[in-house]
Amino acid sequence: MKIEKFILKYFDMIRTIIAVLIGVMVSVLVIYIISKSPGHSLMYFLTGPFMTRGRIGNLLETATPILFGGLAVSIPFQASQFNVGQEGAIYLGAALGTAFALSFHFPAFMYAVIVLIFAGLIGAGWGYIPGILKAKWKVDELVSSLMMNYVAYFLGLYVINYHFRDKSAGFLVSYELPHPVWLKQFIPGTRIHLGIILAVVFAFLVYYFLYHTKLGYEIRMTGFNLHFAKYGGINTFKVIILSQVIGGFIAGVGGMVEVMGIHHRFNWQMSPGYGWDGVVVAIIGHNHPLLIILASLFLAYLRVGGQVMNLLSDVPSEMVTVIESIIILLITAEAFLSQWKYRITVREAALKEVSDESAT
Amino acid sequence: MDTILSIRNIVKVYPNGVVANKGISFDIEKNTIHALVGENGAGKTTLMKILFGIEKPQEGKIIYKGKEVHFKSPLDAIHNGIGMVHQHLMLAPDLTVAENLTLGIEPRKWKVFLDTKKAVDIAKRVSEEFGMEVPLEKRVRDLPIGIRQRVEILKALLRNAELLILDEPTAVLTPQETEVLFKTLFDLKKHGKTIIFISHKLKEVKAIADRVTVIRDGKVIATEDAGSLTEHEIAELMVGREIRFERIPPSPKVGAPLLKVKNIRYRNKENVEVLKGVSFEVRSGEILGVAGVEGNGQTELVEILTGLRKADEGSIVINGEEVIGKTPREIREKGVSHIPEDRMKNGVAENAKIKENLIVDRYYKNPFSKGMFVDWKFITKYSAKLMKDFNVLATSPDALVSSLSGGNIQKVVVARELSMNPSVIIADQPVRGIDVGSEELVHRLLNEARDKGSAIFLVSADLDEVLELSSRIIVIYNGEIVARFDDVEGLTGKDLGPYMLGVKREA
Ligand SMILES: Nc1ncnc2c1ncn2[C@@H]1O[C@H](COP(=O)(O)OP(=O)(O)OP(=O)(O)O)[C@@H](O)[C@H]1O
Ligand SMILES: [Mg+2]
Repeated sequence: MKIEKFILKYFDMIRTIIAVLIGVMVSVLVIYIISKSPGHSLMYFLTGPFMTRGRIGNLLETATPILFGGLAVSIPFQASQFNVGQEGAIYLGAALGTAFALSFHFPAFMYAVIVLIFAGLIGAGWGYIPGILKAKWKVDELVSSLMMNYVAYFLGLYVINYHFRDKSAGFLVSYELPHPVWLKQFIPGTRIHLGIILAVVFAFLVYYFLYHTKLGYEIRMTGFNLHFAKYGGINTFKVIILSQVIGGFIAGVGGMVEVMGIHHRFNWQMSPGYGWDGVVVAIIGHNHPLLIILASLFLAYLRVGGQVMNLLSDVPSEMVTVIESIIILLITAEAFLSQWKYRITVREAALKEVSDESAT
Repeated sequence: MDTILSIRNIVKVYPNGVVANKGISFDIEKNTIHALVGENGAGKTTLMKILFGIEKPQEGKIIYKGKEVHFKSPLDAIHNGIGMVHQHLMLAPDLTVAENLTLGIEPRKWKVFLDTKKAVDIAKRVSEEFGMEVPLEKRVRDLPIGIRQRVEILKALLRNAELLILDEPTAVLTPQETEVLFKTLFDLKKHGKTIIFISHKLKEVKAIADRVTVIRDGKVIATEDAGSLTEHEIAELMVGREIRFERIPPSPKVGAPLLKVKNIRYRNKENVEVLKGVSFEVRSGEILGVAGVEGNGQTELVEILTGLRKADEGSIVINGEEVIGKTPREIREKGVSHIPEDRMKNGVAENAKIKENLIVDRYYKNPFSKGMFVDWKFITKYSAKLMKDFNVLATSPDALVSSLSGGNIQKVVVARELSMNPSVIIADQPVRGIDVGSEELVHRLLNEARDKGSAIFLVSADLDEVLELSSRIIVIYNGEIVARFDDVEGLTGKDLGPYMLGVKREA
């Protein structure tokens, strides 16, 4: 009885762990099939990320933009707004933020902050568009935000390549940012920068925002049941827009942090995918900001493990991506299902029962 | 007589530690109507979900037609000839009524294509056969809950189950519809079917059940022949103490009109005129009851009064101020509270906590929040008190609403809506699904509000409730007020019936 109760109580967590284990087992199997020395390859994959200070640094650096992405996704998701425009907001925030930092100059102590706020506002504006389209004309935000990702990409690329390109660099990159806006890398031997601290601070702020402020409450109630929120007097029009604006703001900041902390110039010729990673970690973390911290670390761990294995073993990088994807797929599916299961089990069962009946 | 179903020592523990069934055993004879009664949260729905394969018991056996069974899913149960009408309806909102009725058994052309016309024919046949009128080609999401209930019952009947479970099927039906349903149930019994019937209306239990099982707090208290118990005895078995029903005294003091509605007109999306110039007043200190078969415009009217829907024409004055065009919040701020007809759609967010549900209309006010921040510590204490005052059975204010029994969810809604000293109360089916003890509580609270000077607009499909509580009654039919009774003394359902059915109207 006791054990049973324990299982019931931690059911969700246990299921996530089981999904991780299955994922790892499948990857082990794949590695065994394709690698000549599977034991070593596996070790690189699983323990690689912790072996040197540099790799631990890598892990944290990788987690930072993913965490920003996840937080940016979690706010509209909590309002049941499936805005996936964070990829575009990150990209455009970084591109226009870079342009801004290169065009205007401010006293050193506030330069970085102003640039970050500017990038955030760009992202916020990017979130506003699908928000208002949805609130006013019921345009599906999934579709509009998805389309806008392309606009963001080409717009950002155009601004950097045609107006801020450093022709002496030999690559398609912007000019280097002025030093005052660099985020300090404070652990020697790594590229760990102030941005990671900022990301964690954001996670706690978002947590506090969602669970302890009035607007956070409005967002969550709107997400739980739109009819209920309206009936209770919540201005759902405002909530639908604001959830996407705030999410966009965080995305914009996250994109610019990456430029200011790591590369010090804009060098994304491809959209970096942090918005999509954000969707993944938001789902794994059940849209809870503090769980999203853990989920981001986990995803970063897989990424770095994959890189290490790719460098040091005979497993080709394509297979590394496949393995990573299998694990992510299993966990995401599990987390996704358990969230929706709640609402639909019974209804679903009632529906399925009858449609199955017709099949027989 | 044959026993069709034996329930043996069923124990059900929910993940949150609530023991909903504590060793339930009783038998159901074939070819009978067996009523299951008990207070809100006694464990009735839980037991039925176990029979239907939705929940799994920790202990116990179910013996169905002489064999021990373990249904893994509702599908399993259905294959074995069990049908269930759920307490909270489970239709597909985006499909039409006819599609819902024939879902899974839909007629097909050449085995592939849906034969919509034939589906409508089948649906029409059953709806006529069982005397329940439903708009076959309308989407379920656009229907008021009473009509959805009819659809759900028809769906179960159409599938021809041998053992039919009905979890509070009459909670939202009018007396006429209930009568028709009962005739159908008698017919089914004659044809050898067995029916399990759950209701909080003991009159109904007396009227149709052969046997009654009373459960209290997860345990069987008695299983008896229905004929051998009076309503009162059943009620006392349910609550375990003596109960008294008191007649409600008439309003002591009727004051100025607080709610004035003039000439409201409304056309819905299909361009049907749902409200054709409705006018009435509710004064301070009185309860205006609305009698009418569901689907005659009540739902729309209530939504217009509370700002959830826009009228095409007309005026609504609350406390002396025009509220047409105002938002639900602005209307609530005028002291209007609203108990909605569909608690699951509007009344609660089921995946949120009880305390989060209790403050949806007041979270932004001091002391529930200060500045930008919500004060959960205060809210938790406040919620615990409300739950106690309104008899909500739950583990804590942090429990999710989805873990409550149907009646207790209703109590959460009522607790919220009656706890802010409202000056106008729009009560749409306020005691839907609430047990006799708590029903009395809610009625008493409504009366107290009335005596303190609130104006109450009461909509109910339950004529007895309307007759018992109202100071005045209006009858609505097809979007119009067809009769007004300013004196309710001695009025009975028979007097209202012809107006409700549209056979008679006042000049
Ligand atoms: N999914 C759930 N998770 C946790 N507890 C639950 C769940 N469903 C029901 N309960 C609890 O089990 C108990 C019995 O609930 P049940 O729904 O069976 O009552 P009921 O007799 O049908 O009441 P009502 O007349 O209000 O419909 C209640 O205390 C309820 O809070
Ligand atoms: Mg129930």
